[in-house]
Amino acid sequence: MLAVVGFGQSWNVALAILNLCLISSVMSMGLNIQWGYAGLFNAGVMASTAIGGLTAVLISHMPVSKAWSVGGTSLFALIVFLILTLSVVFFIFKIFKRGRKRSFSIALVILIGYVFMRFYYDQATFAIEQVEPAKTGFLGGLGLPIIFSWAAGGFAAAGLAWIIGRISLGLRSDYFAIATLGISEIMISILKNEDWLSRGVKNVTGLSRPVPYEVDLLQSEWFINMVTWLYGVTDGEIVKTDVLREEMQLSAGVIVKLCYSGLFLIVVLTILIFAVRALNSPWGRMMRAIRDNETAASAMGKDVTSRHRQVFIIGSAVIGIAGAMLTTLDGQFTPGSYIPLRFTFLIWIMVILGGSGNNLGAIIGAFITWFVWIEAEPASLWLVENIDFFFTTNSPLILHLKEVAPHMRMILMGLMLLLVLRFMPKGILPEKSSS
Amino acid sequence: MISVKNVVKHFGGVVAVDGVDMKIESGSITGLIGPNGAGKTTLFNLIAGNIVPNEGSIFLDGENVTGLKPHELFSKGLLRTFQISHEFHTLSVLDNLMMVPPMQIGESLLGALFRRKEVVRQEDEIQKKAKDVISFLNMGKMANELAGNLSGGQKKLLELGRTMMVEPKVVILDEVGAGVNRSLLKEIGDAILSMNRDRGYTFCMIEHDMDFISRLCSPVVVMAEGKILAEGSADQIKRNEEVIEAYLGKGLKNKQN
Amino acid sequence: MDFSTDMLNALVLISNYVLIPSLSYGSQLALGAVGVTLVFGILRFANFAHGEIMSFGSMVTVLITWWLQSLGVTMGFFPTAMLALPLSIIITIILVLIIDNSVFSFYRKNKSRAVTYIVTSVGVMFILNGLVRIIIGTDEIIFRDGQKFLIKAGHFKKMTGLSEGLALKQTQVLTIVIAIISVVLLFWFLQRTRTGKAMRAFSDNEDLALLSGISPERVVMVTWIITAILATLAGVLYGLDKSFKPLVYFNLILPIFAAAIVGGIGEPLGAIIGGYVVAFSEIMATYAFKKFIIYLVPSEFAPESLVQFLTTEYKFAVSFLILVLVLLVRPTGILRGKLL
Repeated sequence: MLAVVGFGQSWNVALAILNLCLISSVMSMGLNIQWGYAGLFNAGVMASTAIGGLTAVLISHMPVSKAWSVGGTSLFALIVFLILTLSVVFFIFKIFKRGRKRSFSIALVILIGYVFMRFYYDQATFAIEQVEPAKTGFLGGLGLPIIFSWAAGGFAAAGLAWIIGRISLGLRSDYFAIATLGISEIMISILKNEDWLSRGVKNVTGLSRPVPYEVDLLQSEWFINMVTWLYGVTDGEIVKTDVLREEMQLSAGVIVKLCYSGLFLIVVLTILIFAVRALNSPWGRMMRAIRDNETAASAMGKDVTSRHRQVFIIGSAVIGIAGAMLTTLDGQFTPGSYIPLRFTFLIWIMVILGGSGNNLGAIIGAFITWFVWIEAEPASLWLVENIDFFFTTNSPLILHLKEVAPHMRMILMGLMLLLVLRFMPKGILPEKSSS
Repeated sequence: MISVKNVVKHFGGVVAVDGVDMKIESGSITGLIGPNGAGKTTLFNLIAGNIVPNEGSIFLDGENVTGLKPHELFSKGLLRTFQISHEFHTLSVLDNLMMVPPMQIGESLLGALFRRKEVVRQEDEIQKKAKDVISFLNMGKMANELAGNLSGGQKKLLELGRTMMVEPKVVILDEVGAGVNRSLLKEIGDAILSMNRDRGYTFCMIEHDMDFISRLCSPVVVMAEGKILAEGSADQIKRNEEVIEAYLGKGLKNKQN
Repeated sequence: MDFSTDMLNALVLISNYVLIPSLSYGSQLALGAVGVTLVFGILRFANFAHGEIMSFGSMVTVLITWWLQSLGVTMGFFPTAMLALPLSIIITIILVLIIDNSVFSFYRKNKSRAVTYIVTSVGVMFILNGLVRIIIGTDEIIFRDGQKFLIKAGHFKKMTGLSEGLALKQTQVLTIVIAIISVVLLFWFLQRTRTGKAMRAFSDNEDLALLSGISPERVVMVTWIITAILATLAGVLYGLDKSFKPLVYFNLILPIFAAAIVGGIGEPLGAIIGGYVVAFSEIMATYAFKKFIIYLVPSEFAPESLVQFLTTEYKFAVSFLILVLVLLVRPTGILRGKLL
């Protein structure tokens, strides 16, 4: 499939698709751990992806020291008050008995704490966002190599999942889905609006890379030698011709993308190995039992809630890794681009298409789904152009269709999901039934 | 073994269990009977921790276990089966049994990933035990079948088998014989008797089949309308006027409706 | 200025920015939430495609409105969309019934788990979303016409001599009136007609309802029809009040779900209460009370900050916060619905 695109469109396009297929595979493996292993309907996949992306920014971006110096004190005060409020609330919660008095005093403490926190928060954010708003206006990050953020993104997503799990695990599936969807939306609106943290909709661009830049490649000797060797030209002779120059640039793109593919492939394979091992172990057996029948699993001594929490956290961590990888590949963090259709429900389609409970299935599902998602647009454009036959080229209908061709993918995705659910409910690679 | 003290449970306005006191003696097979809607299954759910009583307390071996979760009760030696089979339908019969033993090394994620040798050794032991249980239950042919594909009676047998994977102090059986054909019912009865005699399990069971009850249970407790109506040997119960009236009266009421 | 004028000014201010917008937004949410809650009560799943049904109904209305306008047919004082409503409701009903027949009925026959329905509704969501985008694009469309204001802020100031103006948009009144009428009709239907009673019985206890000879397919069909009507109304009223934008409707399902759950899922009356609870909390939590307080307290106590609990960007986070609170305190919702 990808090879067809490689020859048909270009290798750069094919590799770009491949890289996103690999990232999607990580996401769908993460969701598969939650849904396929344990039957958790997580409709907040997007939250993990986004926090992974944010981590990539916070790890790799240079710290904005000026922002720290102007906003640091207020920020510190804010944190002090946050801890203070929380500990007082916790204290009241532990000491006093349930009742009106307790609820009232807790509410009062939170209100007072809020007033103070709000004061310092306003002060801090105002100061921070004033620092060169066109370039920074946020706290920046740690200035570490971005590749560290892949692991950090996993941890951050795990932490977030712990909090989300506290709120919403233990609810029945419908509720859990709605709750996770809601939290993920809130998460995105925080990223969009808390400029001091993520620059909000102003986006963070120009993140550092774990792989070489095209420009540097074009300068390096080994690269030039390689390309000239590949095209069978002798030393420096035709280096200046335009054709070769163009090839150079294309090859540089290909090399960079291949480097990414290599890194991503390592991640995919590592996670795959662990995921398969876990599924085929007593742990996996227990998870599947919980998925099949929570009541019975609980009667057989398994702590369903804590196991759900565990699997929710692990799955989210995997998705968080993918989120950091995605931001690394893009080189930028754009909170506005996170929408549930693309970052939650599309991943669902991948898992269900590939086969819930099967790790390889999740990867295959991710590849197919992402391929269709990307290629639906050119395909439908091609279709529209070829029905020109019946209409004049500039008829309003054709123009309209050309304009909306990208949206064909939505219908295709929906159809794919419905057809799989109906005629192949176990997906392409069904779960292996016995150990 | 288990003592239930003045337990009350209501759902909305309906009182399902209304101040029940009951004892399940160690080593006994206690039968719990009563007309439909008497509150038997609710009482079982209360004992097994699936629901929490509004009033009263439940003791297991003298320890107050009111409000504990089912999995906590499991670790204290209380196991149950369900009226409607609760098998793990996408797991094989063997896996259904093998998932039961607690504290398996491979059940912690780290153990599963990094202590593989020990896990394999432990799995072998557990599998051997599971195979013993399977042959005890005469289910040898079905060992690798998905539990979801079993017949209703076989599912009940499998649930009974799950309780044999550990050494429970007390097993509560909710209509283990319902919907099971005669010959299989006899097998189940034999299994229960031998588990009781040879392994010393204590049982408490809800059952409708009086022959089955007479054969296995002593004592028999009768519930009606959320209360304990009578207690005694199967013969005593059969002759008890109040009990007969509770069944018949219910029947008459049904007819009037 | 004396104290009573200040009081009046404060009252007008709060009506203008909180009371009236909350009432009309709450009505839109309520209409949506009743649909969600009915589907939950009868079909027993949370319908993720509900927002897209609203979006589809509104799109059809927009198209018919354009067509009417191109013919020169308008309603003068009222928005032309009102004229388009009956036809677009019928089209939406047909669409919803086709979806039920071709998609959901299969899983009903197989007695599938609730989760399967939810995933299926996600598939439907994708298709409807794509359909709407393909037919009408993704641009923001304002299709309101007719008289915009019933009371203009300036007029109000002149009339009363107060320093605060009260603006009353026609769409706001229209929303509230239509919501009241449809809710009354709905309850009349549920309480008085045979089918309505059957629906309530079905929602209460499926098995008992089946025993009493109710045709489940008929109940399901009627449920979808009502859902389609209410969804179209809610979508169109929301679109008239603000604007029509396909993406917005997906985001609306969150406050709508919140309303349905807060009110007690499966309880139509609860959904309506929930709608207003969510709307009022959203708007109040994001409204800056500074000016309001200045009117009420002596000038030396006037607050410096905006006295705004959350910035408006977090509007719908509020609906979710309420949802979480209700979950923790009273998981069955205000009117003790089914426990999800």
